Amino acid sequence: MSETGTVSGQELFERIRAIVVEKLGVTADVVTLEASFQEDLGADSLDTVELVMAVEEAFDLQIPDEAAEGLTTVAAVVSYVEANKA
Amino acid sequence: MNPDQPVALITGAGRGIGKALALAFADAGHAVAVNYGRSAEAAAEVVGSIVASGGVARAFGADVADPAQVDRLFSDVLAWSDQRLDVLVNNAGITRDALALRLSNEAWDEVLDTNLKGAFLCARSAIKPMMKRRSGCIMNMSSVVGLDGQAGQANYAASKAGLVGLTMALAKELGSRNIRVNAIAPGFIVSDMTETLDQAVRDALLQRLPLSRFGEPAEVADLCVFLATRAPYVTGQVIRVDGGLHL
Repeated sequence: MSETGTVSGQELFERIRAIVVEKLGVTADVVTLEASFQEDLGADSLDTVELVMAVEEAFDLQIPDEAAEGLTTVAAVVSYVEANKA
Repeated sequence: MNPDQPVALITGAGRGIGKALALAFADAGHAVAVNYGRSAEAAAEVVGSIVASGGVARAFGADVADPAQVDRLFSDVLAWSDQRLDVLVNNAGITRDALALRLSNEAWDEVLDTNLKGAFLCARSAIKPMMKRRSGCIMNMSSVVGLDGQAGQANYAASKAGLVGLTMALAKELGSRNIRVNAIAPGFIVSDMTETLDQAVRDALLQRLPLSRFGEPAEVADLCVFLATRAPYVTGQVIRVDGGLHL
């Protein structure tokens, strides 16, 4: 859990977890950093597109398609947002 | 705007079938975004007549073939409707008829860009607000010409057949989000396009039509209202409104 070690990292994780909970209709406890959207959280391909759109909106980001394809786990989204947020 | 009022965006709504669609959706209680490409005055009249009968409508100019204009169209419409969009009818269409031997590259591109690419651009922009509400209805105005072909209309027929494929792909892709996508294939409907046919052609056509008359724009529009409001289990269909022309 080193990525959530800092206060801002923890905050970021909480915000992203809330988005995942809302978009995928899962409970917060299953949304761990290691969780894969499709394999662990039951997302289909359209769900992951929606998730990316919601993250873009929440953090005022434009995530290019090539980057979006790599965002398959909660941890990947947290580090992407951490590295790219304004 | 009343947040409980459904919102319909009709492209090419200044004249013909598009105008009938705007009036019919307003009559069915929708707030109507009346898109026009060049017919600004006609669109203003459509809006005027909806507002005069107590409805809600606004005109939005945009060439649907231009991605930047479509982006602006949707941001303006969604700002007006407070991000709500229930119905999109991709109705904007043009013809540039010529026999294939004489059909120019420009005439091909212009027709495909407006009729087919324009519909895709609008549908792509409509998906997001519809997905958010887990509800939506997209209708693509195809044509019997797209199903049966027509000499002198290779470009138009190809664009209208392309809309059928677009309809099926989107219906599969978006069904799980309760977004339904259907195509309408009108036959000969009384409009500026059919008014230009010469008398001999008109007579020959009427002879072939089991219902012995051309259709009215309102008869196409009423079907679309039905599909949008009363047909929640219908998606991925092409529905002919052609007076039996194909029989």
